[in-house]
Amino acid sequence: MAEQYIYAVARIRSRELSLLSEAVISQLSAAATEEDCRRILNEKNWGNPDLPSEEMFQEENKKTWALIRELVPNNMQIFDVFRLEKDYHNLKAAIKESCIDGIHPGIFAEGGTIPVKDIQQAVEESDYDALPETMRQVAQDAKETLLQTRDGQLCDVMIDRAALEEIRKAGEKTGEPLLRDYGELVCATGNIKTAVRAAKTGKSRQFLEKALAPCSTLDVAALADAAAAGTDAVVAYLDHTVYADAIDELNESVASFERWCDNRMIETIKPQIHNPFGIGPIAAYILARDNEIKTVRIILAAKRNGLPEEMLRERVREMYV
Amino acid sequence: MSIGLVFALAGAALAAATSGMGSAYGVGVAGQAAAGACTDNPDLFSKTLILQLLPGTQGIYGLLIAFICLSQIGIMGGGADTAMSLGTGLLYFAACLPVIIVEPISAMHQGRTSVACIAMVSKKEETFGKSMIFPAMVETYAILALLISILAIFGVSGLAA
Repeated sequence: MAEQYIYAVARIRSRELSLLSEAVISQLSAAATEEDCRRILNEKNWGNPDLPSEEMFQEENKKTWALIRELVPNNMQIFDVFRLEKDYHNLKAAIKESCIDGIHPGIFAEGGTIPVKDIQQAVEESDYDALPETMRQVAQDAKETLLQTRDGQLCDVMIDRAALEEIRKAGEKTGEPLLRDYGELVCATGNIKTAVRAAKTGKSRQFLEKALAPCSTLDVAALADAAAAGTDAVVAYLDHTVYADAIDELNESVASFERWCDNRMIETIKPQIHNPFGIGPIAAYILARDNEIKTVRIILAAKRNGLPEEMLRERVREMYV
Repeated sequence: MSIGLVFALAGAALAAATSGMGSAYGVGVAGQAAAGACTDNPDLFSKTLILQLLPGTQGIYGLLIAFICLSQIGIMGGGADTAMSLGTGLLYFAACLPVIIVEPISAMHQGRTSVACIAMVSKKEETFGKSMIFPAMVETYAILALLISILAIFGVSGLAA
């Protein structure tokens, strides 16, 4: 079956040449202003200089997915694992919008598997049949919870858990080791972030049970016990898991931990750069582009806000090439 | 018509058929990779074409063995030994076996190696020279099988005479 992606992988190999390397990221980090960064990016054929930064990122994201649709037109659902997060984000936004008067432009993310209008309509009319079966129950429960309790955080937690569970299952369903690892990493790190936040804010064991999604690299019950006991207990539990490397970052800040998660993902996909067969190199390219966009966004935001270069270097991610 | 001649002819036919199938696969997959590499960089056409063609040689070797075998048993050029013994026919068939077995397998592996090397060239064009070596190594075993089949067919012809 790997043979069916030979053309696609060869195209991806050519496209990898235009990915931003560590050297370009260093150059961007060292640039004096946001305008200088935009100039460097423009020289690398990255982004439209006439567009505001956020629109430029959206354009770059669209370019990635247009290429993937061209290369894998009959098997796009295999990449749903990357797009489900946007669906659940849109569900959250739609539920909150339906409970607050008025229209709030810019709260929805493009590029999910379900059209935003379908989600909005389903939530607005409380008729969830248009949504996938896996999303119906959580959509209904989250909306009812928000209407009854006005607790936005609880609503978010319910949807986040469902999203993590779905992403992990979608990764497993593909049968592709890279996508399975991606789903597992997203789910596990999502759980760790939730556990740390809950520990810091003193959330109950009952809350944690609702918030943590099952995954295979973490014992969710043990993590919930640890989070209920405090941050030190979470760190002590993680020390015995495959995420022990992340403890220093967790102690530092959530931002450092997120950087560790992204770097771990890049480490996971790096072997794909030498793989000429299968869906792996295509999936790796999507993640590499995503990582690239995320890194450039951090750099431009830092330049806009006058963050020193040393602080910026601590925040930028490792690159795929 | 003797059963011996049927076996000898089957050996020649299978040599051409299996080698052709292997080469078709190898050239096919390498062609897909070449097309992918050339889509964004058409300048790679000549380099990737050479890499694509490498797995095509096994088909030629199979054809060569088929020709030699057919001419030795007289199917080509007239004078076929219609009374060929079963033993002689089986010997011709056995002589074709290295090509029947090795050529398709080597062509498929060479095709996959070419795919990997096309990826290498599309990343770094200057590695073209080196990239030719890797698929060429697979060719070694196709040539060894070809040599043994040629020697064996002529050897069987000598025995039959």
